[in-house]
Amino acid sequence: MSAHHLDTLGLLCPLPVIRTQDRIKTLACGDTLEVVASDPGTLHDIPAWCRVHGHVLLESAQQDDRFRFLIEARH
Amino acid sequence: MAGYRNGRRPRAAALISGGLDSMLAAKVVLDQGVDVEGVNFFTGFCVEGHTHAIRKRERSKVKRNNALWSAEQLGIKLHIVDVIDDYKDVVLNPKHGYGANLNPCLDCKTFMVKNALTEDLVTDGEFDFVITGEVVGQRPMSQRSDTMPVIARESGAGDRLLRPLSARNLPPTLPERQGWVDRNKLYGFHGRDRKPQIALAERYGFTDYAQPAGGCCFLTDPRYSRKLKDLWDAKGERDYELDDIMLLKVGRHLRPAPNYKLIVGREEGENNFLAGYRHRFLHLRMVSHDGPLTLIDGRPNADHLTLAARIAARYSQGRDAEAVRVDACHVDGVTEQFVVAPLAPWEIDPRWHIGT
Ligand code: SF4
Repeated sequence: MSAHHLDTLGLLCPLPVIRTQDRIKTLACGDTLEVVASDPGTLHDIPAWCRVHGHVLLESAQQDDRFRFLIEARH
Repeated sequence: MAGYRNGRRPRAAALISGGLDSMLAAKVVLDQGVDVEGVNFFTGFCVEGHTHAIRKRERSKVKRNNALWSAEQLGIKLHIVDVIDDYKDVVLNPKHGYGANLNPCLDCKTFMVKNALTEDLVTDGEFDFVITGEVVGQRPMSQRSDTMPVIARESGAGDRLLRPLSARNLPPTLPERQGWVDRNKLYGFHGRDRKPQIALAERYGFTDYAQPAGGCCFLTDPRYSRKLKDLWDAKGERDYELDDIMLLKVGRHLRPAPNYKLIVGREEGENNFLAGYRHRFLHLRMVSHDGPLTLIDGRPNADHLTLAARIAARYSQGRDAEAVRVDACHVDGVTEQFVVAPLAPWEIDPRWHIGT
């Protein structure tokens, strides 16, 4: 199991979700992906995308204008 | 119950736009025991997402991606696919031309059906068939009885394209003939009347679904289309990058001369968005008064730049002042200072406004 990082700062939805989706596809089950984003739309979309695909959202946090998500891949 | 295909349940890709029709179409087939996955294409022109993120005054509204929301209601997976580059050819060279604006609906639907068919990541091959929410007679270009077969033919889907909401007005498709879906449980909606869809949504218990006015894409918007055409005229070629088409969604666009245009932020959210481009564009900042951030696209000369500063000052809090200080920040880091009289409203030539 390994930990990965994805920077989507500056991208507007749905691009952060698309980048997350494409990255998760390359990970093994149980790997984690930390996503950082600046679009507030991700607060809604990334958790929804995790629910739809059955990945586990371990953490989601907001600091100032930045959003951080920690996702565990489930395939 | 769906018939089996090679010992497994048939698999269908449903084009999910985020609107009601695509959601209903997927549900009708899902309820017949077919494995359905959603596919949503991000072309760069989608109304979904971006504009909500940009405009501050809309930030109080709940922001959701309606395609994801639909998939969640349906309990299906959703592949969101970035087709920005491949879609260019659809917009720039539509074989069947444009609708009322720069919307190449017939080529667009064909592109989407064709690409949805091959998005099956599970079997690593093609889906058995594709589902769309199209209804005969609903849209002037792509949803006519004479154009719907064109989409089936040119996408390569042929009789593997099922429109469950209108299937009974169309010849039986492969999934119907194979018994994967029961034609008697499909619908025969036609025309622009939305009542049957609304009644079906009620039956399924779908509430709070998105009802985009004028379509799901900016290409159906006359003002947006005029701005895109202006962009092509100014570039001297029909081409675009994602940033170009994003910037057309934001701010006031004014072109006082063929060689440059101004993009003036209309409120804080837009100013913040435009600020993300300030290292790549010559831009104007108000110094003595609160006011918009203005990007300048093109190559203005010194006189043009003074005029641009006067226009930008017109949209600042200093619009009634005698003089407003404006900084012009060049991409090489050099800043020029201007003290200008804001243009009076009647000095702004209405023809400068692009898109209105
Ligand atoms: S409205 Fe836009 S997204 Fe919809 S079919 Fe037409 S061109 Fe494609």
